[in-house]
Amino acid sequence: MADEITLEVARYRPGVDAEPVMQQYQVPLREHWAILDGLTYIKDQLDGTLSFRWSCRMGICGSCGMTVNGEPQLSCATFLTDYAPGPIRVEPLRNFPVIRDLVVDIDDFMTKLPTVKPWVIRDVDEPVEAGEYLQTPEELDDYKQFSMCINCMLCYSACPVYSLDQDFIGPAAIALAQRYNLDSRDEGAEERRAVLTSPEGIWACTFVGECSAACPKGVDPAGAIQRYKLTAATQSIKELLMPRIKR
Amino acid sequence: MSTYHDVVVIGGGGAGLRAAIAVAETNPALRVAVISKVYPMRSHTVSAEGGAAAVAGPDDSLDEHAYDTVSGGDWLCDQDAVEAFVAEAPRELLRLEHWGCPWSRQENGRIAVRAFGGMKKMRTWFAADRTGFHLLHTLFQTSLSYSDIVRYDEWYVTKILVDDGRAYGVVAIELATGRVETITANAVIVCTGGCGRVFPFTTNANIKTGDGMALAYRAGAALKDMEFVQYHPTGLPFTGILITEAARAEGGWLLNKDGYRYLQDYDLGTPTPEPVLRNMELGPRDRLSQAFVHEVEKGRTLDTPYGPVVNLDLRHLGAQLIDAKLPFVRELCSKYQNIDPVRELVPVRPVVHYMMGGIHTDIRGATSLDGLYAAGEVACVSINGANRLGSNSLPECLVFGNRAGRAATVFAGRYHRGVPASILAQGRDEEQRLAAELRRHADTLRRHAGETERIADIRTEMQTTMENGAGIYRDGDSLTKAAHRLAELQLRFQRAAIEDHSANFNTELIAWLELGFMLDVAESIIACAVRREESRGAHQRTDFPARDDERFLAHSLVRRQPDGTSRVTYLPVTLTRWPPGERVYGR
Amino acid sequence: MSVYQRPVKLFWWLEKRSYVIFVLRELSSVFIAWFVVFLLLLVNAIGDGAASYQTFVDWSGQWWVVAINVIAFLFVLLHTVTWFALAPRAMVIKMRGTRVPAQGVVAAHYLAWFVLSAVVAWVVLR
Repeated sequence: MADEITLEVARYRPGVDAEPVMQQYQVPLREHWAILDGLTYIKDQLDGTLSFRWSCRMGICGSCGMTVNGEPQLSCATFLTDYAPGPIRVEPLRNFPVIRDLVVDIDDFMTKLPTVKPWVIRDVDEPVEAGEYLQTPEELDDYKQFSMCINCMLCYSACPVYSLDQDFIGPAAIALAQRYNLDSRDEGAEERRAVLTSPEGIWACTFVGECSAACPKGVDPAGAIQRYKLTAATQSIKELLMPRIKR
Repeated sequence: MSTYHDVVVIGGGGAGLRAAIAVAETNPALRVAVISKVYPMRSHTVSAEGGAAAVAGPDDSLDEHAYDTVSGGDWLCDQDAVEAFVAEAPRELLRLEHWGCPWSRQENGRIAVRAFGGMKKMRTWFAADRTGFHLLHTLFQTSLSYSDIVRYDEWYVTKILVDDGRAYGVVAIELATGRVETITANAVIVCTGGCGRVFPFTTNANIKTGDGMALAYRAGAALKDMEFVQYHPTGLPFTGILITEAARAEGGWLLNKDGYRYLQDYDLGTPTPEPVLRNMELGPRDRLSQAFVHEVEKGRTLDTPYGPVVNLDLRHLGAQLIDAKLPFVRELCSKYQNIDPVRELVPVRPVVHYMMGGIHTDIRGATSLDGLYAAGEVACVSINGANRLGSNSLPECLVFGNRAGRAATVFAGRYHRGVPASILAQGRDEEQRLAAELRRHADTLRRHAGETERIADIRTEMQTTMENGAGIYRDGDSLTKAAHRLAELQLRFQRAAIEDHSANFNTELIAWLELGFMLDVAESIIACAVRREESRGAHQRTDFPARDDERFLAHSLVRRQPDGTSRVTYLPVTLTRWPPGERVYGR
Repeated sequence: MSVYQRPVKLFWWLEKRSYVIFVLRELSSVFIAWFVVFLLLLVNAIGDGAASYQTFVDWSGQWWVVAINVIAFLFVLLHTVTWFALAPRAMVIKMRGTRVPAQGVVAAHYLAWFVLSAVVAWVVLR
């Protein structure tokens, strides 16, 4: 195994650069080093001006999403040796405005998330003293997969619909809406319906499927969206045929 | 530039979000702001794995949870706080359940519980082995439904503003733009978590730099029990990534290089094939980490390029149990060690995990400064005493986040007053100081190009100093050496320069500020450790190997003096029902 | 605060193999539409009488019409196979508490296709 590997890192200094410029760095090629370790080596030893987000370094906080050799990845969960002999191209997540170097602006998602009401909605909230709402392991399995989203935004980065139409609510937001729709304790599906079935909701999705391919947690947001398409369509037909029976 | 919110919460993790919700629910008329240097979903609560303890079944009792906690803490816990904690924990966890937390269930739909270290009964609620992740996301998503909560995402607090012994807000940098703003308030709640990054090997994320502890310390609040640093017995060797205690609770064994379950040599009981509560691998974390050090001394650990390790054996648990109860463990071992725990041994070693010490608070979350509150790992109430039991820290965030939120709300309502002019002046001074700092760095680099020290090197040396001086075992000599080295590092820190002087998302500036905070926190740890001449819980002195209840059944309080030095005093532990006894495990 | 927005190129879908396959899959809908039009033309020709029907059959025998129809048929197959493969992601069916496995859902689609084709064939060929 060679000693070093080259990282080609996108640099962008607002007010200075018109567009990102690639800068090359040599980092040690160590067996257990993730791309993130390469980046922290650059920042600590070579160039303190490189800005990027990271925190947990174990693939659960969702901070470190970047584009590595053209693919959206968590930089803490991909390893230098996977790309040896390199060079490795590290760029900010696509489809988001770049604030600086590898840091992108995810406020679009932060604004969209509350619109799908990702919290438990019930007609009657039982008092906490009454104990837990019962939920069998099978009922938990119904939504568990969609609850695994770490909000890393790799799915938005992979989605061509989102790149062409920034109004699209997006995979993670819809998957989180489904997480609550399918939770046996929740009764708020009707309240989420308008947003989800709006033109910028599920119907903007053309089932490219790249979001699920990119998801590091196996959430399958594409599946969540298609399932809701079926649910919404079935519901609309039912209401058309039996207008007095409203679910 | 200044804005006002009635209550300001620093930190958006488990404690911070719970506190903000408590404010919003207790008094919806108040405006509460959550200021966090990261988006709330990134807070370190997200990494917690094993579970959250609260009395759940008819065979368990609040007294037993309290006793386990008090004895686990080697009698340094304030028992009134522990009693309040164990009483409120079940309600808090149920509240999380009502908010949608996907707790793992029994077949009949009721909450499932598992065993955990140091607990005599099974009372640890869990969401597979991603409990912190689910808890944080449930809290965060629920907080979105409260329109009264305003968030400052990716704003870094550099100073808590105090006038005449009362806190009136903060100064913070907006990371994206570099803009500095004074945010005033009638109450401030600090929920910034612990300081694991002061040490070189830690389960903690990059963001755990003790910011809130240093902020409060510099503002004049007292810190408490800083010498008590918890080493978690099972972290992965290179990364320090946490392998949850739940792995042992479900039946995992710790083996030395001879395949021997070595814990039996350390008064932790006799090995049995099935896990036995408060026995062997389910002993308390401090004793397990200490056993590791002895195994190293005896030459019975395995050598790796990343230091000595022992093995965690989960093979006898079977793939089905591991996939059901420990899926994240399997994922982490596979990804970061190329090991499948179903078939192979997992190398592990003790790594710094949790800070028992922190900002001194009473049982309502109030600190020694009026209007300043603290909750979660950053605070020391103390319910954890000299050693925390696993699965007590998530309920701690919730119980005391709630208490601090409510107390701060009452205070802000009752003692509401206009912000003094001196506060705004202090705010402006801080804005100017930060601008001047950046100019100084640019100047220093220009004039002394090639000669300045990198902050990363100072940070690494601080971490090595702490590991060598204040590790699992300390002595007066190692601590004194560490104190001198830290003083030296403080001077070197003043002369170091960062390369990034820009405004937009300057993470090197943040790293520099964090290092300044970490050096203060490190100093306070050493100051408390060198004066506690006994061994208790996680603070083990080879020169004072016994527990000394006569002199030290008390908390260390450390305050910054006007001349910048620290002064340590003692505050007796509050005992209610359980007089100090022997910590017995395995018998 | 000035940010950088990466422009979206006209041929963005040529950047990745998975995007190319996706666009081909989407283009296949054009050929589905062609088949529907062709069927309507056929029905219309039959309705206008035997002479009209013969004209239509002759026209359909031209090499370029056959070529288009062969290509269209291949795309219809692609469309059908990919649609069936993706169906389990959209249809989560539970029988007696457990989820029907993906292969079950796909198999059910092929079975339905076969049955419907058999019925149509019987109607046409008898």
